[in-house]
Amino acid sequence: MGPFLETLIGGLMTGMLYSLVALGFVLIYKASGVFNFAQGAMVLFAALTMARFAQWIPQWTGLSDKLLVNLLAFGVAMLVMVAVAWLIERLVLGKLVNQEGITLLMATLGIAYFLDGLGQTVFGNDIYKIDVGLPKDPIFLFEKVFQGGVLINQEDLAAAAIAAALVAALSAFFQYTGTGRALRAVADDHQAAQSIGIPLSRIWVIVWSVAGFVALVAGIIWGSKLGVQFSLSLVALKALPVVILGGLTSVPGAIVGGLIIGVGEKLSEVFIGSYFGGGIEIWFAYVLALLFLLVRPQGLFGEKIIDRV
Amino acid sequence: MSRQFGEVILEVANISLSFGGVRALTDISFNVREHEIRAIIGPNGAGKSSMLNCINGVYQPQQGTIAFRGKTFRHMNSRQVAEMGVARTFQSLALFKGMSVIDNIMTGRNLKMKCNLFQQALHWGPSRREESEQRQFVEHIIDFLEIQPYRKTPVGKMPYGLQKRVDLGRALAMEPKVLLLDEPMAGMNVEEKQDMSRFILDVNDEFGTTIVLIEHDMSVVMDISDRVVVLDYGKKIGDGTPDEVRSNPDVISAYLGTTH
Repeated sequence: MGPFLETLIGGLMTGMLYSLVALGFVLIYKASGVFNFAQGAMVLFAALTMARFAQWIPQWTGLSDKLLVNLLAFGVAMLVMVAVAWLIERLVLGKLVNQEGITLLMATLGIAYFLDGLGQTVFGNDIYKIDVGLPKDPIFLFEKVFQGGVLINQEDLAAAAIAAALVAALSAFFQYTGTGRALRAVADDHQAAQSIGIPLSRIWVIVWSVAGFVALVAGIIWGSKLGVQFSLSLVALKALPVVILGGLTSVPGAIVGGLIIGVGEKLSEVFIGSYFGGGIEIWFAYVLALLFLLVRPQGLFGEKIIDRV
Repeated sequence: MSRQFGEVILEVANISLSFGGVRALTDISFNVREHEIRAIIGPNGAGKSSMLNCINGVYQPQQGTIAFRGKTFRHMNSRQVAEMGVARTFQSLALFKGMSVIDNIMTGRNLKMKCNLFQQALHWGPSRREESEQRQFVEHIIDFLEIQPYRKTPVGKMPYGLQKRVDLGRALAMEPKVLLLDEPMAGMNVEEKQDMSRFILDVNDEFGTTIVLIEHDMSVVMDISDRVVVLDYGKKIGDGTPDEVRSNPDVISAYLGTTH
């Protein structure tokens, strides 16, 4: 029982982080119909900004309070992501209104490479540390319930809590505020949204900023686990099967999809991995997504696409 | 029926619109006076929807001008037109399907909301007050359109006739000076048509809204409109009171065909 639970919980924690990256995809896809290939690059770029400013701020100002430095660096990184969002709308998307989906996809691919390059040029290409003071020591749970208990990484626990809080806050924002309503309106029907006076360009800047914020949080959490390095932008590749599973248009789908992939890959590795000679954690998610595409192409929670013929 | 109209609120002058080589509208002029119910009718493909889309800023006509309350506008998009006080409904429903009736109509209050993003995100003080004020207005519209039982229903699940009412409600929420209705009765049964006619007359009466509507169904149009413009093949072939239009020989031949 113990090992099973440990694997399950470990999977849920990883899954929560996948969800966080997938959430960025879903937000942008919902509001603008753009499949944003640059989400991974945004995670890396945001994390790099945060990591470097957390280093630079004490050097420049002599501040030594870690919390304050981290907060300042977070603020700077967020401002940078808003600026990125604004520039993307101004220079790229704003020029491509009403273009084919494939055109927009290619544009985001370009943005991805640009951000990857820019990040490394400006901030350097070493491995940087982000230390926001997440607790590192593992703890044991349920020791009384059964023998040995369950070993849990506190850092994972904190990360999952942050991710869950973020998701709840975003859902509330979408559901209960005027701007959230405008965002959902734009997602549903551009034309109708414009006719009631919702400015598309402003909404897009907001959405990309929110996606930038999500990327920043994801980048900080992943970065403090693995270090901030180029491979961080590849984490986004794991989010692709998540959005296929959950449905590109659904926020709950991104969360449930992330959890399923996280749990699925960990459990399969431990319990059936030996039949395949191990290492199935790497490809399990993609095979699952492939099977899903055959059976339910719109994903678990996605809208079924009905075309008039 | 002695109805009082104000000054000209919308002046359409010499509008021509073409898509590539296809001429959708040729030299169309007419005006709309305040508090009036003005209909644009015509057979299929006459250019009615194109005309409405020009007024709404969806299409940019190649020639001609449209003046709203004496101010000429060119190259305006739908959002800017909306800011000036022109609302519209859609022929093929363009509601936000996943959202509830209340939320759909609340989006129409978007321009009236003054609080910024951060106040909204914190959902505190002024933002909260604003939200509840706007909500009150929306409830008023919901009562007016008699859709109280559906207020929390996702509009995608409602019957067609009621969805049309929500579309009208969303436009009304903008408190428009001019309301453009794109075939408000398309696809409705007789009873639904009667309801919709009643709502249109009530809107005109209670809110004092000027209404421009496109309609296919001649009988309905003749009953509720003050003046009618008739289009055929992108040209204006008639303009006047329902009685005048009904006896216009060009209009009769356009609708019934002529013996050549």
